[in-house]
Amino acid sequence: MVQVQVERFPYDVVVIGAGGAGLRAAIEAREQGKRTAIVSKSLFGKAHTVMAEGGCAASMGNVNAKDNWQVHFRDTMRGGKFLNNWRMAELHAKEAPDRVWELETYGALFDRTKDGKISQRNFGGHTYPRLAHVGDRTGLEMIRTMQQKIVSLQQEDFEEYGDYEAMLKVFPECTVTELIKDNDRIAGAFAYWRDSGKFILFETPAIVLATGGIGKSFKVTSNSWEYTGDGHALALRAGATLINMEFVQFHPTGMVWPPSVKGILVTEGVRGDGGVLKNSTGERFMFGYIPDVFKGQYAETEQEADGWYNDQDNHRRTPDLLPRDEVARAINTEVKEGRGSPHGGVFLDIASRLPAEEIRRRLPSMYHQFKELADVDITAQPMEVGPTCHYVMGGVEVDPDTASSVVPGLFAAGEVAGGMHGSNRLGGNSLSDLIVFGRRAGLGAAQYLDSLDQRPKISESDVDAAAHRAVAPFDWPSEGQAENPYTIHAELQQSMNDLVGIIRKEEEVQQALDKLAELKERARFVAVEGRREFNPGWHLCLDLRNMLLVSECVAKAALMRTESRGGHTRDDYPAMDNRWRNKLLVCSSDEHGTSAEVVEKPQEPMRSDLLELFELAELEKYFTDEELAQHPGRVAQ
Amino acid sequence: MKAGVGAPGRAQIPERTLRTDRWRIYPLTTGAILLFFIAYATVRIFMNKWYWAPEEHYLTPIYSPCLSESCVPGSSHFGTPLPEIPWFLPMAIITFVVLAGFRGTCYYYRKAGYRSLFMAPAACAVPEPHKKYTGESKFPLVLLNAHRYFFYGALVFAAINVYDAVLAFQGKDGGFGMGLGTVIILINLVMLTAYTLSCHACRHIVGGRLKNFSKHPLRYRYWTFVSKLNARHGQYAMISLFTVILTDAYIMAVSAGWITDLRIFN
Amino acid sequence: MSYKANFKIWRGDDTSGELHDFIVEVNEGEVVLDIIHRLQATQAPDLAVRWNCKAGKCGSCSAEINGKPRLLCMTRMSVFTEEETVTVTPLRTFPVVRDLVTDVSYNYQKAREVPSFAPPKELGLGEYRMKQQDVERSQEFRKCIECFLCQNTCHVIRDHEENKENFSGPRFLMRVAELEMHPLDTEDRVREAQDEHGLGYCNITKCCTEVCPEHIKITDNALIPMKERVADRKYDPIVWLGNQLFRRGSKR
Ligand SMILES: Cc1cc2nc3c(=O)[nH]c(=O)nc-3n(C[C@H](O)[C@H](O)[C@H](O)COP(=O)(O)OP(=O)(O)OC[C@H]3O[C@@H](n4cnc5c(N)ncnc54)[C@H](O)[C@@H]3O)c2cc1C
Ligand code: SF4
Ligand code: SF4
Ligand code: FES
Ligand code: FES
Repeated sequence: MVQVQVERFPYDVVVIGAGGAGLRAAIEAREQGKRTAIVSKSLFGKAHTVMAEGGCAASMGNVNAKDNWQVHFRDTMRGGKFLNNWRMAELHAKEAPDRVWELETYGALFDRTKDGKISQRNFGGHTYPRLAHVGDRTGLEMIRTMQQKIVSLQQEDFEEYGDYEAMLKVFPECTVTELIKDNDRIAGAFAYWRDSGKFILFETPAIVLATGGIGKSFKVTSNSWEYTGDGHALALRAGATLINMEFVQFHPTGMVWPPSVKGILVTEGVRGDGGVLKNSTGERFMFGYIPDVFKGQYAETEQEADGWYNDQDNHRRTPDLLPRDEVARAINTEVKEGRGSPHGGVFLDIASRLPAEEIRRRLPSMYHQFKELADVDITAQPMEVGPTCHYVMGGVEVDPDTASSVVPGLFAAGEVAGGMHGSNRLGGNSLSDLIVFGRRAGLGAAQYLDSLDQRPKISESDVDAAAHRAVAPFDWPSEGQAENPYTIHAELQQSMNDLVGIIRKEEEVQQALDKLAELKERARFVAVEGRREFNPGWHLCLDLRNMLLVSECVAKAALMRTESRGGHTRDDYPAMDNRWRNKLLVCSSDEHGTSAEVVEKPQEPMRSDLLELFELAELEKYFTDEELAQHPGRVAQ
Repeated sequence: MKAGVGAPGRAQIPERTLRTDRWRIYPLTTGAILLFFIAYATVRIFMNKWYWAPEEHYLTPIYSPCLSESCVPGSSHFGTPLPEIPWFLPMAIITFVVLAGFRGTCYYYRKAGYRSLFMAPAACAVPEPHKKYTGESKFPLVLLNAHRYFFYGALVFAAINVYDAVLAFQGKDGGFGMGLGTVIILINLVMLTAYTLSCHACRHIVGGRLKNFSKHPLRYRYWTFVSKLNARHGQYAMISLFTVILTDAYIMAVSAGWITDLRIFN
Repeated sequence: MSYKANFKIWRGDDTSGELHDFIVEVNEGEVVLDIIHRLQATQAPDLAVRWNCKAGKCGSCSAEINGKPRLLCMTRMSVFTEEETVTVTPLRTFPVVRDLVTDVSYNYQKAREVPSFAPPKELGLGEYRMKQQDVERSQEFRKCIECFLCQNTCHVIRDHEENKENFSGPRFLMRVAELEMHPLDTEDRVREAQDEHGLGYCNITKCCTEVCPEHIKITDNALIPMKERVADRKYDPIVWLGNQLFRRGSKR
């Protein structure tokens, strides 16, 4: 038996995750005067957010002065097919500009317009150029900026207390495996250091989950190893609920060749800056895929589409920039019908649309990425692209204003939180989501602390149990065969990819659920060799548990929703069904996360002033008649 | 315990370097070139002759300007304000100090020298042999920060070289004319100018030191121009080294009568 | 299009370790990190390696391949011949944790010692105005993915452990340069660059530039301009005199 020694750290707020949402939450909590810890599976400054490329959406109106929060709100709701939590979408649209400007005060250097303001670029689903960006490395800029802001706060603390880490400390390469409660409230978090394998316990009344997504459960994905759905699973086991888990975004343009880089993202910025999709016959096929709900909003001829880049007032935008779910499905169909590229994707052509110099200036890392990884010069040749698992819209069900989950003391922000993006996220809306709700989560946690009269207590037996669960993979099963975690992971990825992927069917999802049940059983016997110091096999064992639980939520919810909407496409129910619009699928589990359960729940009706921001004719495409009975347009009729 | 890559706590790997490519080539060739130039220049400086080809009006850049009364007639384009230089001193001492100082403190030559002559380091990720290292933080190497003065000096000499080049367009009969030497002098002048203008100190002085380019559009233009040249500073440094040697050797040969200048025109 | 490649991978910890031989399958288009992952899944499940994005964006997977500091995820197998033995070791400037993972905390400590961006107090949210040409220089430096390959390669600390105390390394000298060139920053770090961060130790031999996976011209665009600024401040009597006479120090 491995002896159990646990280092203990008391904090006011513990933020799990050092991505955009986590860092912003931590900055806020510290500025509210709370002693804050940031825990991250990877090194400080390496979180997944660094990979974000295209930009951060905020209706600052620097490039097109007609932009404002109402337009942004409308775009977000449309993108999510009106399933979004409207209050989150409202807060997001209203607060994003301030949050972006705040980053400037931390030292961010976005690309500029001629008059020295933050430049903004076009992106799928956004009416006006709206994405603040730095070339195609916007996520890196955001992470670095907030990382440096945290350093700056630590320097202030050093001035005051003589210790950089007096008020704000980063725990890098430290993985949280369990949340610990005192009755129904959060009391702490149990974690291990990846490098030494030693255990630590955070004693804290408030935890902000900012752990990002779940993409590593899928084979072809743009996501990194961090995306094992830890936060989703931690929340479930702590008694919180997840919503919208059936909605998984497949980004239309991932690399498809060579196989080892399959899935790596090709930013939507390529299309925003003029790149177009073509099939093997050279046809710009997106013109044939404008769905009814978007009819009239997109250009119908190539000429009109090309005119739009320079004159947006007199042209409609190109359908290459339809929301991601539409484009991903279109590519899927083209490939299925035999008009794909040699390696099973379609062509994305920017080479024939912009001068080489301009491509290198605007899309430096794309240029670099294709050159180094695929030997393709994007200034001369088209890229081959295909859909890749990219983002999970689903996540912890939270209160929009405070980011609090249903468990007192547990907050969530960023990709791990659900609701904001509805059934489909618009590009660029995640980075802004991170800073808007990251801040709100930090604030929410601070306010929760202020309302608390007594700190929760941690029971020793919970700590022991957590420690024993963590070292279990070192105990080889006394009978039967030990399982290799890498094998189980590979099988999980394959089945989720093939059976609960971009296009779903009842039988296939059912098959996936059977497979999940089998894998879950086998996962009980995973075993690893070696010691606890930086042992990736062991780390994977602990992550597997989370991936399996979260995948079960995805599959179960996907089975229940018998319609197609946004990031959920059912081959057997290909149409959007307005009766499903206001239904949320809520996932929960028992405290050991043995199995997940999904139930329906009605969505809260939209506030009438927000409803009135839309034309009645548009709403009729999404809402049922009963829901619209109170709309002034209807009342007037 | 060993220092450097062998220091305690670091991965214990007996090999000093695991590089498998031919990393020795750069320091060896650069070192050879630098040593050759040093040797050539030393010999030439102490020759005190064959620096002026009177018929062709060629003055070697190594002796320009010739300012003392020891100068052979015709070679002093700016008079002879200095008295005779004793035989054991090079006549070109001033020129030499400025030009050698300019190159010696040049950021590019510093790199080339440190890598090839001092092996600090000979190549990246190849351990250097020195026990202690303080770089340019202490005397005497801290003096290299004076590079910009040599740059100012080199600017003056560049102007003088232009004048010399103009004079080299003189025919044997005194009117306009040119020979192969003139062409060589001209090429050397272009390379020297490129080398001098692409200097890092120059880049800093023309605009690099500013915080806000947008408030100084003209200086931003200069800076952009110098930055473009600067990206090739190393190349200009090496090419101009060869053109200087070539020019000097050619003029020496003409002046000594070993060869006759190939006249293109008059 | 697959073949068996010979690999030597350093395995061990801070007390001992050695190169281990492996024979492993390589397929078309793969990078060294793919091979390491294949080894984990088949032959060495506890082989420690640090990585995140596998797309050259996070700077986690720094190591030394055939003696050269590189990113594991951006080194394609096609740069080696099929017969060549590929040797992978951890970074050799930082203490090793296990196998290919090193303790890079030196860098985070140095990051903390550079005084942060000091914004102009009088400007509120959304009031910052900066021209593209004014932010471009610093933007180049902000491409840095903090892979610390430059820090690892710089001989000042690679070959002289004792210099770690007084030298912040190219990454953080570049950070100083970035802030010095930030059009709205109000703090002055020029003297500190020389006195606290050890700019003088740098002998501009450009190894940092050579290994930077982001192709940042660290030496030419950050270090040398900083040296020139230091020369302005500390070694240039004319500028010094000018500042004394006309008090121009602030109007840069
Ligand atoms: C390639 C790519 C490009 C993208 N481009 C854009 C774009 O242009 N615009 C846009 O808006 N969005 C984009 N996105 C989406 C966006 O980047 C992500 O949704 C967003 O960064 C998520 O941020 P986050 O703060 O929620 O989490 P992350 O940045 O993913 O951070 C998660 C953090 O949680 C930590 N963590 C996870 N589990 C644990 C645990 N158990 N214990 C401790 N720590 C843990 C991780 O270490 C990490 O620090 C892109 C995504 C990808 C993959
Ligand atoms: S140029 Fe300077 S900082 Fe860069 S590696 Fe060489 S000595 Fe180090
Ligand atoms: S400057 Fe380049 S080499 Fe150095 S840490 Fe940054 S990206 Fe890596
Ligand atoms: S001459 Fe080389 S840097 Fe000045
Ligand atoms: S894994 Fe991110 S840079 Fe290699």
